[in-house]
Amino acid sequence: MAYDKFTILKSSAVPMPIENVDTDQIIPARFLKATERKGFGDNLFRDWRYNADGTPKEDFILNNPIYSGKILVGGKNFGSGSSREHAAWAIYDYGFRCVVSSFFADIFKNNSLNIGILPVQVSPEFLDKIFLAIEADPKAELEVNLPEQTITIVPTGEQESFAINGYKKHNMTNGFDDIDYLRSLKEDIAVFEAARPY
Amino acid sequence: MSNPTTLFDKVWDAHVVRKIEDGPDVLFIDRHFIHEVTSPVAFLGLESRGIGVLYPERTFATADHNTPTINQHLPVADPLSANQLAALEKNSAKYNISHWGLGHQKNGIVHVVGPENGITLPGMTIVCGDSHTSTHGAFGAIAFGIGTSEVEMVLASQCIMQPKPKKMRISVNGTLQKGVVAKDVVLYIISQISASGATGYFIEFAGDVFRNLTMEGRMTVCNMSIEMGARGGMVAPDEKTLAYIQGREQAPKGEAWDKAVSYWETLKTDDGASFDLEYVYDAANIEPQITYGTNPGLGTGITNHIPTASQVLDGAASYAKSLNYMGFAENDSIIGKPIDYVFLGSCTNGRIEDFRAFASIVKGRKKADNVTAWLVPGSHIVEAQIKEEGILDILTDAGFQLRQPGCSACLAMNDDKIPAGKYAVSTSNRNFEGRQGPGARTLLASPLVAAAAAVTGVVTDPRELIAE
Ligand code: SF4
Repeated sequence: MAYDKFTILKSSAVPMPIENVDTDQIIPARFLKATERKGFGDNLFRDWRYNADGTPKEDFILNNPIYSGKILVGGKNFGSGSSREHAAWAIYDYGFRCVVSSFFADIFKNNSLNIGILPVQVSPEFLDKIFLAIEADPKAELEVNLPEQTITIVPTGEQESFAINGYKKHNMTNGFDDIDYLRSLKEDIAVFEAARPY
Repeated sequence: MSNPTTLFDKVWDAHVVRKIEDGPDVLFIDRHFIHEVTSPVAFLGLESRGIGVLYPERTFATADHNTPTINQHLPVADPLSANQLAALEKNSAKYNISHWGLGHQKNGIVHVVGPENGITLPGMTIVCGDSHTSTHGAFGAIAFGIGTSEVEMVLASQCIMQPKPKKMRISVNGTLQKGVVAKDVVLYIISQISASGATGYFIEFAGDVFRNLTMEGRMTVCNMSIEMGARGGMVAPDEKTLAYIQGREQAPKGEAWDKAVSYWETLKTDDGASFDLEYVYDAANIEPQITYGTNPGLGTGITNHIPTASQVLDGAASYAKSLNYMGFAENDSIIGKPIDYVFLGSCTNGRIEDFRAFASIVKGRKKADNVTAWLVPGSHIVEAQIKEEGILDILTDAGFQLRQPGCSACLAMNDDKIPAGKYAVSTSNRNFEGRQGPGARTLLASPLVAAAAAVTGVVTDPRELIAE
């Protein structure tokens, strides 16, 4: 599915300094019953965000109007657990385009890249600096520059670079997905397939 | 002589269609499993691109994630679940994909039915939109979970794009103590390296303990590789692997079998091959395990007390949140904690061996009155075996009932939800907040520990109930 191109994103951020945020928290299994990719943002962090009666939990960060923006900053080991791409869809659908953490679970990272969310892995020290900057000013902006592979805390000017492979970077900056490319290899794949023992 | 190579490299390298510079490998996929939850959007994607399924005979569909585990002959009551099941059936028919829907005699949990029907073979690449696809690694396959965009890629091209993971070897040497089974081994490893300790790696499990495990036990271990963050785990094929596969419906036969076997015999790590990281453990240090927190790394030997924050790898704040959710405190004894539910099932422990183990403890005892027990076979084939072997009689005499196959309370997408605040000893794989139902509190353990809790109503060391 096509997604928006990603080059430079300058935005305030929502801080979530919790470790091991797993995909069952990002989108609980009971919301995986759709047969279309629609409306997942409403159930993002459903059980942390709402009480059983549907009223918002006031102490949850997404319900605090001071914080907003297109960047979600999470604690270590973000996105662990299931392979459900619905977790990434929910984050995208809610309006985030970038997730920052000091460590990502593998499948979540792949899923994010495949649908146009940029996972930015920073050092634990830099992550702390981001949390401090947002604590000092909830409107503090971060600038994520994909072509340069840097992330900057705008008010302090502190900067760190992040890694991404060249292929994925090219896809994200152009809004391409993998399937067009894979279909272009059909003939190579046919030769390969015919030679498989089973 | 060529360079010593790992099992993982041998299988991976044999599937690379193309290497992309500064990018992922294009990896050919031998077998693709799909289920009702993570496939519908992938099929919609194909439709919107106007393309079809490239090699439909390499994909297998089974319904499992949100199927009911009672009255499967009736229409599925929940309209959303029914809708997903109908979509799987429709898409499979449209694209000529073999489909084992609800009521089909081969139906069951995707990672149980694959091996059981000989679809899973050594040396394969296997993917599915479910993270516990790692289960199939027990056969010496590279098997891992993928997201829906990747499901679409495989349908469209029989390939996915993957950066090659790093390699880790985990060896457990020595002999397991009485009452210690495959689930304990893997829970022990996760408690040692943490829920993210193998992120970025693919694991090979090696050493005496894995060699001596049955295929079912190896599947239990590989199944939970993802719970330490790994993409997957694998065990080199050996005589046990061959004995398990031979004669299964879709396994190679005759000449094809002999040819396959001579290939499979090459699938092992050469002496001197190197890994990016190695761990070695001693089987003698492993006792029956149980988790007390909200990630699978928060587990310990059943006779231990709940650790203090300084003893665990998680941050203090996350740890406090976890214990608070569980209603536990540091230094609490885990033995003796009252239990409300017991769940025997899932692709981790829903195979025949798990039911045999459970029955060995409950035989001649009675289910505790305070416990609700859900015993859910992984497939209809397992269910039939339970009946044939007389296990059902043992369970029934002890006051238990058998449900019908499916994922059930492993992820609680159907009606099998543990109520808020209740404690469940579960043989599944995840103890995340709300995994088994909103507010549910999960203690992961082996079928033996589950059985001991089911008959005593509290967390109990199963070794006390094992006949000499
Ligand atoms: S039993 Fe649980 S882990 Fe296994 S396939 Fe079903 S939902 Fe996934």
